[in-house]
Amino acid sequence: MLLKLEKRSQPSTPMLCLTPVIAVGVTMIVGGMIFTSMGYGGFSAVWSIFATPVIDIDKWQDLGIKAAPLILIATGLSIGFRANVWNIGAEGQYVIGALAGTGVALATWHMEGFWILPLMCLAGVLGGMLYAAIPAFLKTRLNVNEVLSSLMLTYAAIQLLYYLMRGPWKDPEGFNFPQSRLFNDSQILPEIGNTFIHLGVPLAFLVAIIAWFLMSRTMFGFEIRVVGAAPDAAQHSGFNRKRTVWMALLGAGGLAGFAGILEAAGPFGQMVPQFPTGYGFTAIIVAFLGRLHPIGIILAGIILAISYVGGEIAQTTIGLPNAATGVFQAMMLFFLLATDILVKYRLRFSHQPRSGAA
Amino acid sequence: MSTVIFISIIMTVVGASTPILLAALGELIVEKSGVLNLGVEGMMLVGAVSAVAVVSITGFGLLGVLAAMIAGAGASMIFACLTLTLTANQVATGLALTIFGVGLSSLMGESYVGTTVDILGPIFPSALSDHPWLRVVFGYSPLVYFSFVMTFAVAWFLKRSRVGLILRAVGENGQSAHSIGYSVIGIRYMAIAFGGAMAGAGGSFYSLVLTPMWAEQLTAGRGWIALALVVFAAWRPVRLLFGAYLFGVVMTLELHAKAAGFALVAPEFLAAMPYLATIVVLALISLRKSTGLQAPACLGQPFRPTA
Repeated sequence: MLLKLEKRSQPSTPMLCLTPVIAVGVTMIVGGMIFTSMGYGGFSAVWSIFATPVIDIDKWQDLGIKAAPLILIATGLSIGFRANVWNIGAEGQYVIGALAGTGVALATWHMEGFWILPLMCLAGVLGGMLYAAIPAFLKTRLNVNEVLSSLMLTYAAIQLLYYLMRGPWKDPEGFNFPQSRLFNDSQILPEIGNTFIHLGVPLAFLVAIIAWFLMSRTMFGFEIRVVGAAPDAAQHSGFNRKRTVWMALLGAGGLAGFAGILEAAGPFGQMVPQFPTGYGFTAIIVAFLGRLHPIGIILAGIILAISYVGGEIAQTTIGLPNAATGVFQAMMLFFLLATDILVKYRLRFSHQPRSGAA
Repeated sequence: MSTVIFISIIMTVVGASTPILLAALGELIVEKSGVLNLGVEGMMLVGAVSAVAVVSITGFGLLGVLAAMIAGAGASMIFACLTLTLTANQVATGLALTIFGVGLSSLMGESYVGTTVDILGPIFPSALSDHPWLRVVFGYSPLVYFSFVMTFAVAWFLKRSRVGLILRAVGENGQSAHSIGYSVIGIRYMAIAFGGAMAGAGGSFYSLVLTPMWAEQLTAGRGWIALALVVFAAWRPVRLLFGAYLFGVVMTLELHAKAAGFALVAPEFLAAMPYLATIVVLALISLRKSTGLQAPACLGQPFRPTA
């Protein structure tokens, strides 16, 4: 009996939804085995990473807070990925967005008013867009690969953050620590009810839902999808490839910048050199695991948030190194990409022997 | 006196250039076969940490390099399996490999953080390698000479050898190469393994020669610079050598400007220089008209034999 691959005439929708679930499941099994072979309690690690944050209701707020930036950034990235625009510099756009918002906060630190927070958010969005405009310009005008340019800019953004924290934006009353002033009450995102969940969390979910509407119901979404799926057809229908590159990068940059300022004005409450924690990279996994679909991204964002929160729990309870979380996250993406073949091809068991075989 | 400084500058340039040259030579072969592997940074890190692990156990530097090459090639096989056998998207898989390499290397390196290992020193006798000015030629670790040998070996391989010709055919037109009986997938597997081994060797240069110890994300994005270098060199090995040294000079400026007490420029700006320079260089080469034609025609496209 032979296993044969048969190309499907169009991608299988059930498989499209099922494969992320398979990927997460296989990650748990294989991850458990790998960590056992490395001398950690493999399956108890899997249990604390993937199950404890879900069982423990006290951790749910944490999940929301961790998922919010991932969902925002991944939603933006997914627009680009659909159009084959590979912005992998979201981490940099996230940092620049946060810095732009922080700039507003520092300029208004002795003021108060309801208008300050929206202004900070606006600055964050614009900052991220502006930073993403660089790879967009380079791509459309000079044909520079956006993968490389956006990533190089991430390293530059982090250095800019270090510079501002050690120099011009250092808190004058901060005992010489390299960090900004604490934001004042008009600059911090309000928390909802008596939870720790800041306003940015529901906003992130809302943005993903709006993106869903944009992608599925508008001409903009249609154009993005066509340019990605069938570049030649897009050319013939008069869609402009350059405009798509611009929209994809500005959209992704704006949302990454928005995520940045929400994070600075939310959990951090100031700007610190430790601000970049890799959300911009993890969001790439979220975007793929969510199948580049806003609703999928919400679910994937929650799963990755679980792995973050669970990783922290495993660190304190069973001494699992922090890096283990990253390995689990990367494995999810590997297995997702591996199972992708089930979307494109159909597995067939065939009984007839291969022609020519004896 | 000024000669001494001059020689030490040259030697730092060589140190900065060698690892990216090694990694870029590997990626050049991979891309020539029509595959884009964005996992260079991840493979370098896995190589770097494996080298430290092996050297701290065995004490043999060259064994560390070998381990790094095997580890890099091993990591690249994940990529090969996904993109070639399972036809996964190359860009996404390459990114996944880098994310995986960052995580795996810091996990493996947990117990080695901060422990120094024996430096992989010069191969020539100290009469030559410590000589005040002869050391500019003889004062390097074996990996430096290896990188030069490999540059010309790769150039010869691509231009003159039969297998090199097949490899280029596979990268230019996979379907035709397949129809005249070459195994496109097989050739690409080998190219990717070579790319992984070279990235691993480049990574080991950081952990065995430059630092010499393990630290998280030791390579600091140099793997991505190696990728940019391949584009810059228009997929030509000897041009790659010059490109790598050009980048080496830019990266070294940072060190020497710091040492010279350049107070005018913020150190953070100097640290960002190599990355910004990469962008500028990528923009500049696009002004060269024919660049687009120099990339292998099948670069990044999945291949599945029909029938």
